[in-house]
Amino acid sequence: MTFLYAAYAATWLIHILYLGILVRRYSRLRNEIEQARK
Amino acid sequence: MKRAFPIFAVLTAALLSYAMYEALVAAPTEKTMGDVQRIFYYHVPSAWTAFLLFFINFVVSVAYLVRRNPIADAVAVVTAEVGVVFCTVVLVTGPLWARPVWGIWWTWDVRLTSTLVLWLIYVSYLMLRRFSSSGQTPVLAAALAVFGALDVPLVYFSIWIFRTQHPQPVIGGGGSIDPRMLRVLLINWAAFLCFAALVCWSRYRLERLQRDVEETQALEALLEPRGSR
Repeated sequence: MTFLYAAYAATWLIHILYLGILVRRYSRLRNEIEQARK
Repeated sequence: MKRAFPIFAVLTAALLSYAMYEALVAAPTEKTMGDVQRIFYYHVPSAWTAFLLFFINFVVSVAYLVRRNPIADAVAVVTAEVGVVFCTVVLVTGPLWARPVWGIWWTWDVRLTSTLVLWLIYVSYLMLRRFSSSGQTPVLAAALAVFGALDVPLVYFSIWIFRTQHPQPVIGGGGSIDPRMLRVLLINWAAFLCFAALVCWSRYRLERLQRDVEETQALEALLEPRGSR
Protein backbone atom coordinates (compact mmCIF):
# COMPACT_ATOMS: atom_id res chain seq x y z
CA MET A 1 0.00 0.00 0.00
CA THR A 2 2.93 2.38 0.67
CA PHE A 3 4.02 2.25 -2.99
CA LEU A 4 0.44 2.73 -4.17
CA TYR A 5 -0.08 5.84 -2.02
CA ALA A 6 3.39 7.12 -2.94
CA ALA A 7 2.55 6.82 -6.66
CA TYR A 8 -0.79 8.66 -6.29
CA ALA A 9 0.78 11.35 -4.07
CA ALA A 10 3.71 11.80 -6.48
CA THR A 11 1.31 12.18 -9.43
CA TRP A 12 -0.62 14.96 -7.74
CA LEU A 13 2.52 16.57 -6.39
CA ILE A 14 3.92 16.84 -9.94
CA HIS A 15 0.66 18.32 -11.27
CA ILE A 16 0.31 20.76 -8.36
CA LEU A 17 3.94 21.86 -8.75
CA TYR A 18 3.35 22.56 -12.44
CA LEU A 19 0.13 24.47 -11.69
CA GLY A 20 2.09 26.49 -9.09
CA ILE A 21 4.69 27.36 -11.74
CA LEU A 22 1.89 28.51 -14.09
CA VAL A 23 0.32 30.70 -11.38
CA ARG A 24 3.73 32.25 -10.60
CA ARG A 25 4.39 32.96 -14.30
CA TYR A 26 0.94 34.49 -14.65
CA SER A 27 1.35 36.81 -11.66
CA ARG A 28 4.81 37.87 -12.88
CA LEU A 29 3.30 38.73 -16.27
CA ARG A 30 0.47 40.67 -14.61
CA ASN A 31 3.07 42.69 -12.65
CA GLU A 32 4.94 43.40 -15.88
CA ILE A 33 1.72 44.66 -17.49
CA GLU A 34 0.97 46.85 -14.44
CA GLN A 35 4.50 48.28 -14.55
CA ALA A 36 4.16 49.04 -18.27
CA ARG A 37 0.87 50.87 -17.69
CA LYS A 38 2.39 53.20 -15.06
CA MET B 1 -16.55 31.72 -22.83
CA LYS B 2 -15.53 33.27 -19.50
CA ARG B 3 -17.99 31.02 -17.66
CA ALA B 4 -16.99 27.90 -19.56
CA PHE B 5 -13.57 27.64 -17.88
CA PRO B 6 -14.76 27.48 -14.22
CA ILE B 7 -17.63 25.13 -15.17
CA PHE B 8 -15.21 22.84 -16.99
CA ALA B 9 -12.78 23.04 -14.03
CA VAL B 10 -15.49 21.98 -11.55
CA LEU B 11 -16.63 19.11 -13.80
CA THR B 12 -13.03 17.95 -14.23
CA ALA B 13 -12.42 18.03 -10.46
CA ALA B 14 -15.59 15.97 -9.92
CA LEU B 15 -14.56 13.46 -12.60
CA LEU B 16 -11.02 13.18 -11.17
CA SER B 17 -12.41 12.53 -7.67
CA TYR B 18 -14.79 9.88 -9.00
CA ALA B 19 -11.98 8.30 -11.05
CA MET B 20 -9.73 8.17 -7.98
CA TYR B 21 -12.51 6.52 -5.95
CA GLU B 22 -13.00 3.95 -8.72
CA ALA B 23 -9.25 3.26 -8.92
CA LEU B 24 -8.62 2.97 -5.18
CA VAL B 25 -11.87 1.44 -3.94
CA ALA B 26 -14.24 0.12 -6.62
CA ALA B 27 -11.79 -1.62 -8.98
CA PRO B 28 -11.21 -5.31 -8.19
CA THR B 29 -7.90 -6.23 -6.57
CA GLU B 30 -5.50 -8.03 -8.89
CA LYS B 31 -4.69 -11.57 -7.68
CA THR B 32 -0.89 -11.73 -8.03
CA MET B 33 0.20 -8.11 -7.51
CA GLY B 34 -2.44 -7.04 -5.01
CA ASP B 35 -3.19 -3.37 -4.39
CA VAL B 36 0.01 -2.08 -5.97
CA GLN B 37 -1.50 -2.94 -9.38
CA ARG B 38 -3.83 0.05 -8.88
CA ILE B 39 -0.89 2.31 -9.86
CA PHE B 40 -1.80 1.14 -13.39
CA TYR B 41 -4.91 3.41 -13.31
CA TYR B 42 -2.67 6.48 -13.08
CA HIS B 43 0.40 5.24 -14.96
CA VAL B 44 -1.30 4.09 -18.19
CA PRO B 45 -3.73 7.05 -18.66
CA SER B 46 -0.83 9.46 -18.00
CA ALA B 47 1.22 7.70 -20.70
CA TRP B 48 -1.65 7.78 -23.21
CA THR B 49 -2.28 11.46 -22.47
CA ALA B 50 1.41 12.28 -22.93
CA PHE B 51 1.45 10.40 -26.26
CA LEU B 52 -1.64 12.28 -27.43
CA LEU B 53 -0.11 15.65 -26.47
CA PHE B 54 3.15 14.81 -28.26
CA PHE B 55 1.13 13.74 -31.31
CA ILE B 56 -0.72 17.10 -31.31
CA ASN B 57 2.68 18.78 -30.90
CA PHE B 58 3.89 16.91 -34.00
CA VAL B 59 0.83 17.94 -36.07
CA VAL B 60 1.02 21.63 -35.13
CA SER B 61 4.81 21.67 -35.61
CA VAL B 62 4.35 20.39 -39.17
CA ALA B 63 1.60 23.00 -39.64
CA TYR B 64 3.99 25.70 -38.39
CA LEU B 65 6.77 24.57 -40.73
CA VAL B 66 4.35 24.70 -43.67
CA ARG B 67 2.36 27.87 -42.90
CA ARG B 68 4.36 29.76 -40.21
CA ASN B 69 1.16 30.18 -38.24
CA PRO B 70 1.89 31.71 -34.77
CA ILE B 71 -1.16 29.96 -33.24
CA ALA B 72 0.28 26.59 -34.27
CA ASP B 73 3.59 27.60 -32.68
CA ALA B 74 1.84 28.58 -29.43
CA VAL B 75 -0.09 25.27 -29.36
CA ALA B 76 3.20 23.41 -29.95
CA VAL B 77 4.82 25.00 -26.87
CA VAL B 78 1.75 24.27 -24.75
CA THR B 79 1.38 20.61 -25.77
CA ALA B 80 5.11 19.92 -25.36
CA GLU B 81 5.17 21.42 -21.86
CA VAL B 82 2.01 19.66 -20.61
CA GLY B 83 3.16 16.45 -22.33
CA VAL B 84 6.46 16.58 -20.41
CA VAL B 85 4.50 16.91 -17.14
CA PHE B 86 2.46 13.78 -17.94
CA CYS B 87 5.57 11.92 -19.14
CA THR B 88 7.24 12.81 -15.80
CA VAL B 89 4.29 11.20 -14.01
CA VAL B 90 4.82 8.05 -16.11
CA LEU B 91 8.54 7.94 -15.27
CA VAL B 92 7.86 8.39 -11.54
CA THR B 93 4.89 6.02 -11.13
CA GLY B 94 6.56 3.27 -13.22
CA PRO B 95 9.48 2.67 -10.81
CA LEU B 96 7.07 2.93 -7.83
CA TRP B 97 5.17 0.00 -9.35
CA ALA B 98 8.33 -1.88 -10.44
CA ARG B 99 10.03 -1.88 -7.02
CA PRO B 100 7.49 -4.13 -5.23
CA VAL B 101 6.63 -6.19 -8.34
CA TRP B 102 10.02 -6.71 -10.05
CA GLY B 103 12.20 -6.04 -7.00
CA ILE B 104 14.06 -3.25 -8.84
CA TRP B 105 13.33 0.41 -9.44
CA TRP B 106 14.63 0.57 -13.01
CA THR B 107 16.04 -1.57 -15.79
CA TRP B 108 17.53 -0.47 -19.13
CA ASP B 109 14.79 -2.23 -21.05
CA VAL B 110 13.60 -0.91 -24.46
CA ARG B 111 10.22 0.41 -23.24
CA LEU B 112 11.68 2.20 -20.21
CA THR B 113 14.74 3.55 -22.01
CA SER B 114 12.76 4.81 -25.03
CA THR B 115 10.33 6.57 -22.65
CA LEU B 116 13.24 8.24 -20.86
CA VAL B 117 14.68 9.29 -24.25
CA LEU B 118 11.25 10.69 -25.24
CA TRP B 119 11.17 12.74 -22.03
CA LEU B 120 14.72 14.01 -22.65
CA ILE B 121 13.86 15.00 -26.25
CA TYR B 122 10.90 17.13 -25.13
CA VAL B 123 12.84 18.61 -22.19
CA SER B 124 15.53 19.66 -24.71
CA TYR B 125 12.75 21.09 -26.91
CA LEU B 126 11.53 23.22 -23.98
CA MET B 127 15.09 24.28 -23.12
CA LEU B 128 15.66 25.33 -26.73
CA ARG B 129 12.49 27.44 -26.60
CA ARG B 130 13.41 28.91 -23.22
CA PHE B 131 17.05 29.82 -23.77
CA SER B 132 17.41 30.53 -27.49
CA SER B 133 16.69 34.12 -28.49
CA SER B 134 17.19 33.64 -32.23
CA GLY B 135 14.35 34.55 -34.59
CA GLN B 136 14.69 31.04 -36.03
CA THR B 137 13.90 29.35 -32.67
CA PRO B 138 10.28 28.39 -33.55
CA VAL B 139 11.48 26.80 -36.82
CA LEU B 140 14.31 24.89 -35.11
CA ALA B 141 11.95 23.80 -32.32
CA ALA B 142 9.34 22.62 -34.84
CA ALA B 143 12.00 20.58 -36.68
CA LEU B 144 13.14 19.06 -33.36
CA ALA B 145 9.52 18.25 -32.48
CA VAL B 146 9.04 16.42 -35.79
CA PHE B 147 12.10 14.24 -35.07
CA GLY B 148 11.13 13.84 -31.42
CA ALA B 149 7.69 12.54 -32.39
CA LEU B 150 9.38 9.61 -34.16
CA ASP B 151 10.16 8.22 -30.71
CA VAL B 152 6.45 8.04 -29.75
CA PRO B 153 5.61 5.00 -31.95
CA LEU B 154 8.90 3.38 -30.87
CA VAL B 155 7.85 3.71 -27.20
CA TYR B 156 4.32 2.51 -27.91
CA PHE B 157 5.18 -0.47 -30.12
CA SER B 158 8.42 -1.48 -28.33
CA ILE B 159 6.57 -4.10 -26.28
CA TRP B 160 5.21 -5.66 -29.49
CA ILE B 161 8.53 -5.60 -31.35
CA PHE B 162 11.08 -6.43 -28.63
CA ARG B 163 11.21 -8.86 -25.72
CA THR B 164 10.94 -6.55 -22.75
CA GLN B 165 10.46 -6.81 -19.02
CA HIS B 166 7.60 -4.31 -19.22
CA PRO B 167 4.12 -5.96 -19.05
CA GLN B 168 2.52 -6.78 -22.39
CA PRO B 169 -0.31 -4.52 -23.65
CA VAL B 170 -3.65 -5.17 -21.99
CA ILE B 171 -5.65 -3.73 -24.87
CA GLY B 172 -4.87 -5.20 -28.30
CA GLY B 173 -1.72 -7.25 -28.86
CA GLY B 174 -3.37 -10.40 -27.52
CA GLY B 175 -3.57 -9.15 -23.91
CA SER B 176 -6.66 -9.44 -21.74
CA ILE B 177 -8.14 -7.38 -18.92
CA ASP B 178 -11.11 -7.79 -16.59
CA PRO B 179 -13.98 -5.63 -18.01
CA ARG B 180 -14.38 -3.91 -14.60
CA MET B 181 -10.69 -2.95 -14.64
CA LEU B 182 -10.99 -1.73 -18.24
CA ARG B 183 -13.96 0.46 -17.23
CA VAL B 184 -11.95 2.05 -14.38
CA LEU B 185 -8.97 2.53 -16.69
CA LEU B 186 -11.12 4.35 -19.27
CA ILE B 187 -12.78 6.53 -16.59
CA ASN B 188 -9.33 7.54 -15.35
CA TRP B 189 -8.15 8.26 -18.89
CA ALA B 190 -11.22 10.42 -19.53
CA ALA B 191 -10.54 12.30 -16.27
CA PHE B 192 -6.87 12.87 -17.14
CA LEU B 193 -7.80 13.97 -20.67
CA CYS B 194 -10.17 16.60 -19.23
CA PHE B 195 -7.47 17.68 -16.77
CA ALA B 196 -4.88 17.93 -19.57
CA ALA B 197 -7.33 19.97 -21.68
CA LEU B 198 -7.91 22.31 -18.73
CA VAL B 199 -4.18 22.79 -18.10
CA CYS B 200 -3.52 23.30 -21.84
CA TRP B 201 -6.30 25.89 -21.96
CA SER B 202 -4.74 27.87 -19.07
CA ARG B 203 -1.23 27.50 -20.47
CA TYR B 204 -2.39 28.64 -23.92
CA ARG B 205 -3.96 31.80 -22.45
CA LEU B 206 -0.70 32.47 -20.61
CA GLU B 207 1.32 31.92 -23.80
CA ARG B 208 -0.86 34.35 -25.78
CA LEU B 209 -0.63 36.97 -23.02
CA GLN B 210 3.14 36.56 -22.86
CA ARG B 211 3.45 36.98 -26.64
CA ASP B 212 1.24 40.09 -26.54
CA VAL B 213 3.45 41.62 -23.81
CA GLU B 214 6.64 40.79 -25.75
CA GLU B 215 5.15 42.28 -28.93
CA THR B 216 4.14 45.49 -27.11
CA GLN B 217 7.59 45.80 -25.53
CA ALA B 218 9.25 45.32 -28.94
CA LEU B 219 6.97 47.99 -30.47
CA GLU B 220 7.67 50.41 -27.62
CA ALA B 221 11.41 49.90 -28.07
CA LEU B 222 11.05 50.65 -31.79
CA LEU B 223 8.94 53.77 -31.25
CA GLU B 224 11.14 55.15 -28.48
CA PRO B 225 13.17 58.15 -29.79
CA ARG B 226 16.91 57.48 -30.22
CA GLY B 227 19.12 58.49 -27.28
CA SER B 228 16.19 58.72 -24.88
CA ARG B 229 17.75 56.00 -22.71
